[in-house]
Amino acid sequence: MRRCEMVCIGAGPAGLAAAVEAARNGVDVVVYDENERPGGQLFKQIHKFFGSREHRAQERGFDIGNSFLTEARELSVEVSLNSVVLGIYENGALNVMIRDRIEQVKAEKTLVATGASENMIPFPGWTLPGVIGAGAAQTMANIHGIRPGNDILMVGSGNVGVIVSYQMIQAGARVAAVIDAAPKIGGYAVHAAKIARVGVPFFMSHTIKEARGKERVEGATIIEVDDNWNPLPGTEKQFEVDTVCIAVGLNPATQLIRMAGCKMANSPVLGGQLPAHDLNQETSIKGLYVAGDASGIEEASTAIIEGRIAGLAIANSLGYLDDSAFLSARDEQLQSMVGMRSGSHGEVRAKAKEYLNTMMEER
Amino acid sequence: MAGDSTRTGFLSDEELKNGPGIPGEARRRKGAVAVLECLEDIPCNPCEAICKYDAITIGEDITTPPRLTEDNCVGCRSCVPICPGLAIFIVDESLEDEKAAIEMSYEYRPLPEKGDIVTALDRAGQEIGDATVTAVKKTEKMDRTATVIIEIPRDWSMKARAIKLKR
Amino acid sequence: MRIEEHPILGTFEKGNKIQFTFDGQSMEGFEDEPIAIALRSNGVLIHRYTTRRNEPRGMFCAIGRCTDCIMVVDGKPNIRTCVEPLKAGMKVETQHGNGPDLSGR
Repeated sequence: MRRCEMVCIGAGPAGLAAAVEAARNGVDVVVYDENERPGGQLFKQIHKFFGSREHRAQERGFDIGNSFLTEARELSVEVSLNSVVLGIYENGALNVMIRDRIEQVKAEKTLVATGASENMIPFPGWTLPGVIGAGAAQTMANIHGIRPGNDILMVGSGNVGVIVSYQMIQAGARVAAVIDAAPKIGGYAVHAAKIARVGVPFFMSHTIKEARGKERVEGATIIEVDDNWNPLPGTEKQFEVDTVCIAVGLNPATQLIRMAGCKMANSPVLGGQLPAHDLNQETSIKGLYVAGDASGIEEASTAIIEGRIAGLAIANSLGYLDDSAFLSARDEQLQSMVGMRSGSHGEVRAKAKEYLNTMMEER
Repeated sequence: MAGDSTRTGFLSDEELKNGPGIPGEARRRKGAVAVLECLEDIPCNPCEAICKYDAITIGEDITTPPRLTEDNCVGCRSCVPICPGLAIFIVDESLEDEKAAIEMSYEYRPLPEKGDIVTALDRAGQEIGDATVTAVKKTEKMDRTATVIIEIPRDWSMKARAIKLKR
Repeated sequence: MRIEEHPILGTFEKGNKIQFTFDGQSMEGFEDEPIAIALRSNGVLIHRYTTRRNEPRGMFCAIGRCTDCIMVVDGKPNIRTCVEPLKAGMKVETQHGNGPDLSGR
């Protein structure tokens, strides 16, 4: 059995930030990621981030990803790829499948930063080739350099929907429309404005009725819905598209956390059943931490801050960082989080996070 | 352009009119000035940080929309490519022959070239008419966001916000 | 469908240009890119047909989660083509149902 001080599960923004922060303070860290490449979703994010300088605003996601990887390398953090953590057991024991062999690991501290998976909605034709997740569209265009299609209908107007629409236009595709069953656009206004000004229409209070085609998508039909989400017959609109892209939210990847037996709480705002955790990102199981989308769906910038806090807390609990240094570093991160969780988009997330913190106290 | 941006995706003239980042006509006539089309309370302040002239104010609470002090703005253009929302434009209504120049971020390919005739689009993506490209800027500092300057009739200066290439 | 020049990413780093076959037809792709990417750039969207209803399926999540893109690769069925790296001379085939039975029974 391999022993180490800290294991990070997931090499996305939260996991890498935690690993770097802990390693900088002297912790011996191993990061496992099931993918062929590290970075999680950061390498698909090619737009400049919001925030202020301390949040690395105006930097692009993939540049932030590259700088994390450089830092991790300089700090001798081991990043093990193609490595699926199969289970978390008692006392920090883990089983990891690395390609086709199983490794047993015992970690003093474990951080779960497994991210999220995409939600889907079923509709007639949704299994046709040409119907894809918005994440798939990003992966194809921004990682592998191919256009998923030439004419795209985007279902969902949240930040993923509007940002991926922009990225599809950058990849040379036409976005026929962005639709959403909700009455108002979910994403940031400036992201919506970017695509509106190059001619992408928004159809709010509309849902997809059908993707048409025999062996692949040849078109799509949308329909207006009333205030109770009921389709209004006669309001159908047709689009000649070869691709339907689904961007209807994310679902936290909490399988390992639940398996470990963490206390869970429900937060619709943050994506459903989530682990209760304290201000140090520690769950109800001592030594087991959580950060990023797996602790509530937010953004890469907030995932990075949560990761840093977890890394600092782990360094402190292992004795590498004294209490006063830890508290001042942590409070600096918490302070920078206040900005990212304010405003009409952020406030609701701040409240939901507080609720998850409260659920920790009620053991 | 009437309408509600939370349903259309673009700001209407009414929504923009009283925005804190919109310079008045008198200032625009004097020469290049920034137009900050950012009204939402999002956590973001690179424009304030880069402005050397104290023309853009956000303050401690970074979700406050940017406010323009129009007399401080010299039209230096550094805020245009820095804006992650691509929501800042430079408008110059001081050109001869009732012309105006607009500078905007451009993150598509192919890039237009100086001298090209392109189609100007409004915030809704509707075609307004022909515009002449007078400059295309792309430096390392701009971090892969190019900017394009177009010349248009002055009447369109608060309408034209995107371009479509003809080739 | 390949992006020639990307406004932000420039050009894409790829392995050597190689040949593979799809249902016996020769195609070009780049070494070590996912098989599904090479197929899509050749206009192939259908990866398999389902067992009971014989419906076409293609790439859906592109990150190895949903398994909708599985195909028979070098005789082995159920290969997730969106994450499996392409190699020179690979024999990629449309999968029908569960694919060939390799149990030897």
